[in-house]
Amino acid sequence: MSTKNIMIVGVGGQGSLLASKLLGQLLLKNGYDVKVSEVHGMSQRGGSVVTYVRYGDKVYSPIIDKGEADVIVSFELLEAARYMEYLKPEGRIVTNTQTIDPMPVITGAASYPENLVEKMQSAGAQVDAMDCLSLAVEAGSPKAVNMVLMGRLSKYFEFTDAQWEEAMQAVVPAKFLEMNKKAFALGKQQ
Amino acid sequence: MKQLMLGNKAVARGLYEAGVCFVSSYPGTPSTEITEEAVKYDDIYCEWAPNEKVAMESAFGASLAGKRSFCAQKHVGLNVAADPLYTMSYTGVNAGMVIGVADDAGMHSSQNEQDSRHHAIAAKVPMLEPSDSAEALEYTKIAYEISEEFDTPVLLKMCTRVAHSQSVTETGNRVEHDKPYEKTISKYVMTPANAKKRHPFVEERTKKLIAYAEKSPLNRIEKGSRPIGVITSSTSYQYVKEVFGDDIYVLKLGMVNPLPDQLIRDFAAMVEKLYVVEELDPIFENHIKALGISVIGKDALPMIDEFSQNLVAEALGEKAPEGLAFNEEIPVRPPIMCSGCPHRGLFYTLKKLGCTVLGDIGCYTLGAAPPLGAMEMTLCMGASIGATHGFNKMRGAESEHKTVAVIGDSTFMHSGMTGLANVAYNQTNSTVIILDNSITGMTGHQQNPTTGYNIKGDPAGKINLEALVRAMGFERVSVIDPYNLTQCEETIKQELAADAPSIIISRRPCALLKYVKHNPPLSVDINKCIGCKSCMRIGCPSISMKTTAGKTHASVDATQCVGCGVCTGLCPVGAFSGVDAKGGENK
Repeated sequence: MSTKNIMIVGVGGQGSLLASKLLGQLLLKNGYDVKVSEVHGMSQRGGSVVTYVRYGDKVYSPIIDKGEADVIVSFELLEAARYMEYLKPEGRIVTNTQTIDPMPVITGAASYPENLVEKMQSAGAQVDAMDCLSLAVEAGSPKAVNMVLMGRLSKYFEFTDAQWEEAMQAVVPAKFLEMNKKAFALGKQQ
Repeated sequence: MKQLMLGNKAVARGLYEAGVCFVSSYPGTPSTEITEEAVKYDDIYCEWAPNEKVAMESAFGASLAGKRSFCAQKHVGLNVAADPLYTMSYTGVNAGMVIGVADDAGMHSSQNEQDSRHHAIAAKVPMLEPSDSAEALEYTKIAYEISEEFDTPVLLKMCTRVAHSQSVTETGNRVEHDKPYEKTISKYVMTPANAKKRHPFVEERTKKLIAYAEKSPLNRIEKGSRPIGVITSSTSYQYVKEVFGDDIYVLKLGMVNPLPDQLIRDFAAMVEKLYVVEELDPIFENHIKALGISVIGKDALPMIDEFSQNLVAEALGEKAPEGLAFNEEIPVRPPIMCSGCPHRGLFYTLKKLGCTVLGDIGCYTLGAAPPLGAMEMTLCMGASIGATHGFNKMRGAESEHKTVAVIGDSTFMHSGMTGLANVAYNQTNSTVIILDNSITGMTGHQQNPTTGYNIKGDPAGKINLEALVRAMGFERVSVIDPYNLTQCEETIKQELAADAPSIIISRRPCALLKYVKHNPPLSVDINKCIGCKSCMRIGCPSISMKTTAGKTHASVDATQCVGCGVCTGLCPVGAFSGVDAKGGENK
């Protein structure tokens, strides 16, 4: 199998680390070679963050380059648009519709682009957009946005719910497991 | 057991398996997690040292004592520790000693893009360079064998993409190592007479290391079907394989100093066209060209920034994929000071007072970014104080009354103290502000000598900053709370006006520390808010302007706001409600 590429993008502090951990666990358990790459340090602080998850028979590069991503999972709408050039022409964007103003917007030096979902679609991307924050709150915590997104992502994967659940058990603390499972289910069925 | 492991964690696992007993480091992205992971093994003593030089000297002492030792730092940290490194090359080691150094091509979190291989060449010590986590673990163990066999410290070079990527790794068991300590003055006392005898040993050792490099499995040839050859290492190797798979010939170098001349010659003879793919400086390339071999390197590939598979593909004449284009400018999202960051109020005040601010390395370097824009120089760890002293010496009293040095608690302990000694000794009326947020913040919350806790979070020695600077002879020492804008402004004005050097300690723990209790989020009374945007001047990510029923007003994001109350001090009409910085009801 040739290498598949999933990019997880968002704003530092939104919880993408748990999402990549879950994916890494799931893919490794199911026999793939896996590489997960993230950047720590300065960019954690409210900046744009990106995590690369790659899997296949044999994975070399730890990063995903422009035009290579099969799926972009985005925690924030503007970040989905920012990384769209990394998407394959037939690739898919799974995104939270939540918006977080970056500093140039806060200071008034720039404005937050409008109608981003429509613009991404007209640029050729398949976009699956949903309000993950509300679903996360419904599941029990605004921090569960990552599991809502993973639930949504699971619709486009061959893995069974049992396989996802097994991976979840390995990476989520026991006391939060039920809440995360609920968030995952809400993301999937919505 | 197969597991997905971060490159830095794999190094830590390698330390464990190699029987390492001692690790001393100073945190620095992207090297920090090596030490943070090593401390999880009870068999390894770990510590955060005040700086890289002290860390390396401590690790040297442990090696001398007969225990395998390690220290880690980022590329620029190795500059700080270069002094012991270059002479340890002469003394050699007792038990094995390995030095981890993590480069940051692309400058994800660094002030320069220097190539650490220069240090290996200049110090004449071997350097290994893994290309993924499995190699990071394996090479760490091999580095200790080389260290003891050849009597040398060994550099283990990581880079951001190897340090911060997870790949599949298999672990093994720990093997203990122990050596006696024997007094050997001629080996360990580097007076000129002894060092003169050690230098020939170093040159002889390099010859032996070259012979080792020629045969070592660390350097391997992978044959291909097309007559194109690439000499490469580290993450560049992964990009080359990503593009070409097994189609072309690859000489993968795991030992990047010294280089195997004969192996390179043999490899070059196998192919018709030879490339070198190396990030940053043309070190392999220049070496290969000096052997009289024709090779394409920096003519095709950049010396700047990190590489990627598309970059390598295009440089080597292959087609790179094209992605979808989003045809609209997207506002940048740079890193910012967090909600409730104690640095915010201080930088707001410095900007308001029109101070010349010479800065340092830490989260507070973000004070240079809009909308605060209140820092005018950042060079290296500790430079703020030295530079302020020199600046004031040349510009005199006028400058002394408006210039401040700002430096964090950890950076001050790292190398600010010596700069301050210069202020005390050679006397300028400099004002130095120590931003004491009670943690090493930017690298992700490491303890330091001022916090009172060690790397495990257990109580430890605690250096009292006020007592320290008083002991150095500074009489004007004040402590302020950066959430209290009035106090900030009054104190800074007063200390700048004084005809004496001053130390201001701006003390408030990092808002992200777990023990810090936050106030409830503030809210804006839309009827009171006049939309003047005064509160926007502090660049708080929790505050934005919104429009409700045609009226533009400030709005607080309750999910982000930690109720620090700095904004309440800026509002002319008292539109913010909630708890103010002093813990009292605001109105």
